[in-house]
Amino acid sequence: MTKALPTVRPGDHAIAVLPAGPAARNGTDIVPEVELRALDQLWFQVSGTVCNLRCQHCFISCSPENHSFWFMSRDQVAASLAESVRLGVKEYYFTGGEPFMNRDMLGILEDTLQIGPATVLTNATLLPQRVVDRLAELSRASRYTLELRVSIDGVTADMNDAIRGPGSFERAVAAVGRLAAAGFLPIITTMQSWPDHETDPMLQDFHQVLADVGYDRPRLKVLPPLRIGSEASRDRPYDEAEAVTVDMMAEYPSDLLLCSSARLVTSTGVWACPILLDYSSGRLADTLDEAVAVPARLAEQACYTCWVNGAICSNMPGFAMEQT
Amino acid sequence: MRSYRRIALFGGVYSNHLALSAAIEDALGRDVDGMMCLGDLGAFGPHPDRVFPLLREHDIEVVKGNYDDSIARGLDDCQCGYTDPRDNHFARISYRYTFDNTSPENRVWMSNLPYEIRFRLGDLDVLACHGSPRQTNEFLWESTTPTHFLDKLATDYSADVVVGTHTGLRWNRSWGEQRTFVNVGALGRPANDGSPAVWYAILQAEARDMDVEFVSVAYDHLALAKEMRDEELPEEFVETILTGWWTTCLEILPGKERAAGRF
Ligand code: SF4
Ligand code: SF4
Repeated sequence: MTKALPTVRPGDHAIAVLPAGPAARNGTDIVPEVELRALDQLWFQVSGTVCNLRCQHCFISCSPENHSFWFMSRDQVAASLAESVRLGVKEYYFTGGEPFMNRDMLGILEDTLQIGPATVLTNATLLPQRVVDRLAELSRASRYTLELRVSIDGVTADMNDAIRGPGSFERAVAAVGRLAAAGFLPIITTMQSWPDHETDPMLQDFHQVLADVGYDRPRLKVLPPLRIGSEASRDRPYDEAEAVTVDMMAEYPSDLLLCSSARLVTSTGVWACPILLDYSSGRLADTLDEAVAVPARLAEQACYTCWVNGAICSNMPGFAMEQT
Repeated sequence: MRSYRRIALFGGVYSNHLALSAAIEDALGRDVDGMMCLGDLGAFGPHPDRVFPLLREHDIEVVKGNYDDSIARGLDDCQCGYTDPRDNHFARISYRYTFDNTSPENRVWMSNLPYEIRFRLGDLDVLACHGSPRQTNEFLWESTTPTHFLDKLATDYSADVVVGTHTGLRWNRSWGEQRTFVNVGALGRPANDGSPAVWYAILQAEARDMDVEFVSVAYDHLALAKEMRDEELPEEFVETILTGWWTTCLEILPGKERAAGRF
């Protein structure tokens, strides 16, 4: 077992000195590639790009009308779950769009929790008591953990709703209260839309808002913006220099990147990760079996955000360890 | 390769020399023919150097943990991978204290520890590691570790039984043709269950039939708390020792395990 990796951690590169941007690829079109180390995380684009909200920062521009990717059926997911057993997958993630717009979602979770842990990335606006009760039942019935990851993008309705749409704050916060009362400890994710020095007070305010609905030991995760899709116009797109080059990967422990340990199954093929859904460079193959053998191509500028921050999509960041 | 009939397996010690000493005593009274420690000797508790003589005196084989690796090599942190600012704050205090109070001799000794130890138990091949066979700092929690994933590890690393500690919470699972994974728990801090007792495991096998027994150890945790306060370690750590509830390093817990605790 020999693995020589520098112990670089997410954050180490926060202010990276960039040698160059995509231009430095010398017009030769050399794109850094990352091999799959092991298929630890299997992601499902379970509601395609369909969402009941139309957030200003959505990096894949989901909305009620965005039907580029369609819902996955319980059978489709079950087929990949069966394959995942053979591949030794460790964790299952469900994203969209809004997963709970998929009518099969509870059934899909029931199937998944029989074989492993499940995480759902949700906007929590479609979680009435009936659904929360059922989720709690599914969680109790499984030896594996069921994680609900709830996106809230501000500590007030004004701040959140400016990004996520009118009424979304109140509905999401109320659902968090119901989840907490049902015994869940939802992971609250929030995209950092403020300067760094405001993070501490912001987190304190989050604690207060969540405590007010009865969630008094929140798990909070601040995410960096992905400057693609809608977010490119809400704030700004990537600078030209913000891209990953072959040189930048030379000393970099690629274990930190989601694409070194994950694949995303959609209704129409398998992608390297959930971030590059809108890019043809992100599509690796028709089937999971084929996609595990194809390296991810860090061809898009969004890859730069991963390079700086590590596996932002996972519940826990990817981390490497030098071991000789 | 050494062979055992009945072996005591100790998890992370985290400088809790009083618990280690009590566990050794306890195991010796339970007819074991070997004792092994799965790493993370320092962290959290007082006087890290008091752990080493106990291990040597009793001929306890030790697997290298991520903490041992960090301290031995003088890395910047413990390689637990926290991102939460509060967890990081406490992890740093603990790491700095342990580093400053571990002798150069003991650091060299730790640097020579192996990342895995293989042994026979009855007719079973056992692989002892710290986190997982593939990565010393990988967390294998009961609620996030599918059986098919364990099976892949056992196959990839040619073992019937895999034992580890890293998470510090004990659990075990057997499947298929007598394959088993055991997280032996930790001696360093209680099991986030409201009791100050700590845990270790005894494995026994005849031919290919194996028994896993978790043993709870009551030790003088009040004396440890006093030592920690005398060393000015954070009161949050002392609280865990006194109450049995984890107060720090909570970020890494999956929802199910975290919900079972108080914080
Ligand atoms: S960010 Fe999430 S909730 Fe908002 S539109 Fe995109 S998928 Fe829907
Ligand atoms: S966006 Fe991130 S996870 Fe996806 S291919 Fe690029 S670096 Fe890998």
